[in-house]
Amino acid sequence: MPDDNKKTPLLDELEKGPWPSFVKEIKSAAESEPMAADLLGQLELSYQEKISHWKHGGIVGVMGYGGGVIGRYSDVPEKFPNVAHFHTMRVNMPSGWFYTSEVLRKICDIWERHGSGLFNFHGSTGDIILLGTRTDQLEPTFQELTHLGFDLGGSGSVMRSPSACVGQARCEWACYDTMDLCNEITHTYQDELHRPPFPYKFKFKFSGCPNDCVASIARADLSIIGTWKDDIQQDNAAIAEYAAAGVDIQKDVCDHCPTKCMEWDGKKLKIQNRECVRCMHCINVLPKALRPGKEKGAVVLIGAKAPILQGALLSSVLIPFVPADELLETLKELVSRIWDFWGEYGNNRERVGELIQRVGMATFLDAIGLDPVPEMISAPRDNPYIFFKKEDAEAAGDGNGAAAQR
Amino acid sequence: MPNYTSHGRVYEVDEDGFLQDPSLWNEEVAKDFMATEGIGDLSQDHWKVIRYIRDYYLQFGIAPMVRKVCKQTGFSLKEIYNLFPSGPAKGACKLAGLPKPTGCV
Repeated sequence: MPDDNKKTPLLDELEKGPWPSFVKEIKSAAESEPMAADLLGQLELSYQEKISHWKHGGIVGVMGYGGGVIGRYSDVPEKFPNVAHFHTMRVNMPSGWFYTSEVLRKICDIWERHGSGLFNFHGSTGDIILLGTRTDQLEPTFQELTHLGFDLGGSGSVMRSPSACVGQARCEWACYDTMDLCNEITHTYQDELHRPPFPYKFKFKFSGCPNDCVASIARADLSIIGTWKDDIQQDNAAIAEYAAAGVDIQKDVCDHCPTKCMEWDGKKLKIQNRECVRCMHCINVLPKALRPGKEKGAVVLIGAKAPILQGALLSSVLIPFVPADELLETLKELVSRIWDFWGEYGNNRERVGELIQRVGMATFLDAIGLDPVPEMISAPRDNPYIFFKKEDAEAAGDGNGAAAQR
Repeated sequence: MPNYTSHGRVYEVDEDGFLQDPSLWNEEVAKDFMATEGIGDLSQDHWKVIRYIRDYYLQFGIAPMVRKVCKQTGFSLKEIYNLFPSGPAKGACKLAGLPKPTGCV
């Protein structure tokens, strides 16, 4: 390679500032790895020309699997021969992202032998992302990963690698065992994870509480978010301690409550639990004094996605509350119905949330055999999702209401 | 473009080994390409899948969705992967002479 390739004035800009820089990391890898050097060269060229130099598409994989590897080819291989192939492998992460340092070292060793040695820990999918290898190295990498106890993750129109927050392993707010449920779902749907059966991708994300640390409400086709049914557990002595220590309960807690469901008289905090929408704010500010209730479980929501083909969607409530110990069975029953309907009626590359938008929530609920309930919406008469059918309204003895007319 | 040679025949293919010009396909192509997809011999079942995909492509200009392939051929997804270990999108489409399906990551 001519020395010109090592000059990267545009990328060098990304090394400035106090934050970590991927340019710095790739440069350090480039000292011993020609793939990393050419990667920098091609990226600099992309910055100059303001266009990607990766070709669109690429179908590569390992035998028996239809996903897990994303084919990448350079469209300027003559300039950067070491990244002519630069495939990405997704590796299914353990629930909650727990590793031993020994295993991490071994993954690094495998990838230095078979690929560029570059990683994302972790990609936004949650998987370990191994960046950059050649087609002939895919099977050997897969073999070694398997021996180490790892499996490929999802890519393409599969159930993507389910991901969970750290849950009860480290977090006192977790209302159910996210890591266990994530692990169960991963094992239950191995076929759907590795062999694309769907119109498009399908993501499960498990958050232990409404803080939603894996942002499931914004990204997952099926979001499972921990919540509680009864009252917030309250330790008045601890609240007084916070106040004595200088926390302004009125300003920092009550005033930020979205439903204004709490009152502070300078001595005692009164919570109208019926008005609580489980936003977690008060619990986050007063962690020693307030805790989620005792009757724990999760809310199941459907249909979120980031913008790719159409705009972003947040997920909608599907089941307001499932007790923690019934989650697995409920999810199994639910997803079989959802996948049947989506598989039958979904267009190619249509996420389940987009299908629901297209056919309407009422049709969707009817198709999967769920009744609409008030908890699915944020406020009465505020949401056009659900229309009463005329015969239902008449059966309920309210045939003259506006709802029946619609 | 790279070439792929089998039994003395030379095919122009893309970097993933898909036939560059889908109109050049015939049954010999499928036989010549099967070794690259880990297939030892083409059975009646293989042909059923290949012909369905090929016909669908000629009619609609795209590859059929997987669910359709299963429904129309009567094979489960598992059986399809037993027939084509690299999967329907890669193995079966390649043997049917389709251009590379542009999947999503």
